[in-house]
Amino acid sequence: MTEYSLSHLKELEAEAIHIIREVAAEFENPVMLYSIGKDSSVMVRLAEKAFYPGKVPFPLMHIDSKWKFKEMVEFRDNYARENNWNLIVHSNMAAFEAGVGPFTHGSKVHTDVMKTQALLEGLGKYKFDAAFGGARRDEEKSRAKERIFSFRDKFHQWDPKNQRPELWDIYNARVHKGESIRVFPISNWTELDIWQYVRLEKIPIVPLYFAKERPIVNVDGNLIMVDDERMPKEIAEKAEMKMVRFRTLGCYPLTGAVESEADTIEKIVEEMMTVTVSERTTRVIDFDQDGSMEQKKREGYF
Amino acid sequence: MKNDKTQNTSTDNSPFGEARGTLDINAYLDQDEKKDLLRLLTAGSVDDGKSTLIGRLLFDSKKIYEDQLSALERDSKRVGHAGEEIDYALLLDGLKAEREQGITIDVAYRYFSTNKRKFIIADTPGHTQYTRNMVTGASTANLAIILIDATKGVITQTRRHTFLVSLLGIKHVVLAVNKMDLVNYDQKVFDEIVADYKSFITQLDVPDVNFIPIAALKGENVVEPTTLMPWYHGPSMLEFLESVHISSDRNFDDMRFPVQYVLRPDLDFRGFSARVASGIIRKGEKIMVLPSRKTSRIKEIITYDGNLDEAFPPQSVTITLEDEIDISRGDMIVYPDNLPRIERHFEANLVWMDEMPMDPNMQLFLKHANNTTRVKFDKIQYKVDVNTLQKSSIDHFELNEIGRVVLTTNKAIFFDPYKKNRSTGSFILIDPMTNNTVAVGMIIDKLSADDLPSKIVDDKTLEANKSRIHKGECLISDAQRQKRFNQNPATLWITGLHGSGKNELAFTLEKEMFDAGATVVLLDGSSIRSGLSNELDFSPTDRAEHLRRVAHISKLLNDQGIITICSFISPDENIRKQVIQIIGEDRFKLIHMDATMEFCKKNKPELYEKFEEGLIANLPGADLQFAAPENPTLMLKPENRATNTKTIMEYLADHKIFPIV
Ligand SMILES: Nc1nc2c(ncn2[C@@H]2O[C@H](COP(=O)(O)OP(=O)(O)O)[C@@H](O)[C@H]2O)c(=O)[nH]1
Ligand SMILES: [Mg+2]
Repeated sequence: MTEYSLSHLKELEAEAIHIIREVAAEFENPVMLYSIGKDSSVMVRLAEKAFYPGKVPFPLMHIDSKWKFKEMVEFRDNYARENNWNLIVHSNMAAFEAGVGPFTHGSKVHTDVMKTQALLEGLGKYKFDAAFGGARRDEEKSRAKERIFSFRDKFHQWDPKNQRPELWDIYNARVHKGESIRVFPISNWTELDIWQYVRLEKIPIVPLYFAKERPIVNVDGNLIMVDDERMPKEIAEKAEMKMVRFRTLGCYPLTGAVESEADTIEKIVEEMMTVTVSERTTRVIDFDQDGSMEQKKREGYF
Repeated sequence: MKNDKTQNTSTDNSPFGEARGTLDINAYLDQDEKKDLLRLLTAGSVDDGKSTLIGRLLFDSKKIYEDQLSALERDSKRVGHAGEEIDYALLLDGLKAEREQGITIDVAYRYFSTNKRKFIIADTPGHTQYTRNMVTGASTANLAIILIDATKGVITQTRRHTFLVSLLGIKHVVLAVNKMDLVNYDQKVFDEIVADYKSFITQLDVPDVNFIPIAALKGENVVEPTTLMPWYHGPSMLEFLESVHISSDRNFDDMRFPVQYVLRPDLDFRGFSARVASGIIRKGEKIMVLPSRKTSRIKEIITYDGNLDEAFPPQSVTITLEDEIDISRGDMIVYPDNLPRIERHFEANLVWMDEMPMDPNMQLFLKHANNTTRVKFDKIQYKVDVNTLQKSSIDHFELNEIGRVVLTTNKAIFFDPYKKNRSTGSFILIDPMTNNTVAVGMIIDKLSADDLPSKIVDDKTLEANKSRIHKGECLISDAQRQKRFNQNPATLWITGLHGSGKNELAFTLEKEMFDAGATVVLLDGSSIRSGLSNELDFSPTDRAEHLRRVAHISKLLNDQGIITICSFISPDENIRKQVIQIIGEDRFKLIHMDATMEFCKKNKPELYEKFEEGLIANLPGADLQFAAPENPTLMLKPENRATNTKTIMEYLADHKIFPIV
């Protein structure tokens, strides 16, 4: 019987494909949120697999906070073009034009306006009734109890007390008009699974994940990269070239690098398994307060 | 003492194993990629040490990252319950509210891996009010760890957890007897608990039960083998988890492919995507589509990574067929010689998951095998008390209550008993008003026609039915009937393939008997199927039901002194036996119209052509076996058309069936 057994990665892959197809079958207007990070790159590959030899039957949407690393945007545009994706890029333009940014308004306001608000705006604009996200349960404590089909009310709010039971692989996809579901097909993947999969499937990822000499400022212990001229001069001045890489990607002023020599996936995994610092500590927004991610989720952020 | 341990690799917890010094990361990753996945459930009542055990497994397998650890030290000082030691439980209790209450209120999923395996733990709380959470965690688990506090022994909760685990069909159970440190690692305490538990679990259906003594807080016998319990010779908890054999737990026998998504990228391509629910799907194999019963062959099994010759559960694949058949989501692709149940009425174990109590009159949605249909409750057989396993009758379910019900769906669903097949035996019920998942169920089986409950058979229960039936005081005797009709009643049952000429024989026989003065009634497929059996199809199950009805009619007529001619294919011995049982051996005369397949095809080509085109299925002699009767009363050949009726008439006269004088 052993010949009929799958490796854990193949089993996770089969599960994710099942979830993605289920959403495409049950919802009228789904969208896949694409953050340009490694997790969403894996998720997009899984979607391509789910509908092969057909095309992915729903669009991808990137919520652009306008403060992403330049390399991310470049990667996104090239990759989308090469693969013929139906990609929507949405930003909170009103706030952007009003000059909202992390240096002027602080990380909390910036995240709220340029990420959470922008996301809700984007979902509302196209009337999406289901949105895929690349979150994983092992990322953060409060996510451990997240459903794969996570129900959101009319205001996109998540009520931890009012989530539907989820048994076997039978997902309840029924929503009333105006309500929606966030779907997390890679819920059961760990960070190592993601790296393994990127390696096996040769999935292209943003070069920022690999160690390179970059202009870095140490801001309260966080290694912030000088990515454009919007960084205040007095901070940018202190930049030094350092060999660093990023474990997660987001807005450049809010995403800390780690010092590293790892310039291949194999080296990254090796580093990950020996120097064990969980990936989200390098994301500045989490420093706010205990249970902060839960708070953000209640408000509609992923 | 401990040399019976077969593997000891887990004692080195470095992800790179012994090879750490001469690390080859590529080799490590290549090996890691091939690990399999074990999903497990942990259950125990509050404070048995569940969170501590899981924390240990995670911690000791080095999956707890350093920063989480330092955050943990900070948190322990503030709200920890473990004094100066690190409180591993804090690692796990995620949501704010429950952290403050200090209890786990939902299902949390944890991940860790060792050199041998990846693990997903469903961590669920133990109170009765959280039964639904435990049921949720159990639904995807291969294995359950049930915790016991050694100072308390087997308690009510232990029984409840074990019952739920067996109800959800988990095949492997480990009883972890925790806090052995508090009973001086005493073997006697452990043995007593084991004996106690064994006497209980034999009532339930769990094939593989194991017992492991541990002290989670101290890490004793969790990862490393125990040194403090030399009397224990089994594996440590982690060693056990790494080695338990699970790959044969799936159903590889009954191929079920419940179509999830129809892939039509362009007009030339029609693919059907799904996860293989059970069995092995093979390229080139002949398949049948339910409910249409159309047949075809598997042309390709497609994946992004290349086509396959076969696919097995839980793979997600896309298939194409040789023929253009109309198939939509919710249809099921199976092998024609291994059909699931195709039924609207069935019995199931139900767990009520919603705060709002059940309204037995409400219509719900049933979602099962990618198929959604309306469903109503016909009957609640009983409720099971999860603590005592006592059954009692009730008229509705409340949150966390479990019991057995009879359901009727709007359209037939394709299922197997949950015991045999977790994927095609499970369903959820959705309230169309709130859209909540209000209940979940595990199908026991279809109901035989005799057991259908009140609402379906139009009477109280079968028991009540039986007590109400009085044998009528008939004023006409059999002898009086014999005299009136000049005949002894009998059923002339003509069997044979479609196209064998049995209908023609039946009609000429009827005419000749009638002309000779017999009182005779002819029953044939088209007359019964157009009315009395019009909801039945040609599957073996429905065919049996159809013939059961015919047999009862024939018996009634025979009882009134009338001779019947029944012309039915009745393809196999079992079906004919059922018929004989109803009619009675004395009156049952089996006439076999023995025609060759070539003759039948030539005589009545239409159906056989349709079959060749894949338009119909279940055709006896073609895809359904026709077993010729071994000892028919008469065996006739269509070639002897001119004399066949005469042969029968002679037999009837010889045996004083008709005429008597
Ligand atoms: N002495 C002893 N105490 C333990 C052991 N395992 C857990 N505990 C303690 O029992 C209490 C409850 O543990 P916890 O893991 O929170 O239990 P849960 O409610 O089942 O999750 C805590 O104070 C633990 O420190 C053990 O093996 N020995
Ligand atoms: Mg706990």
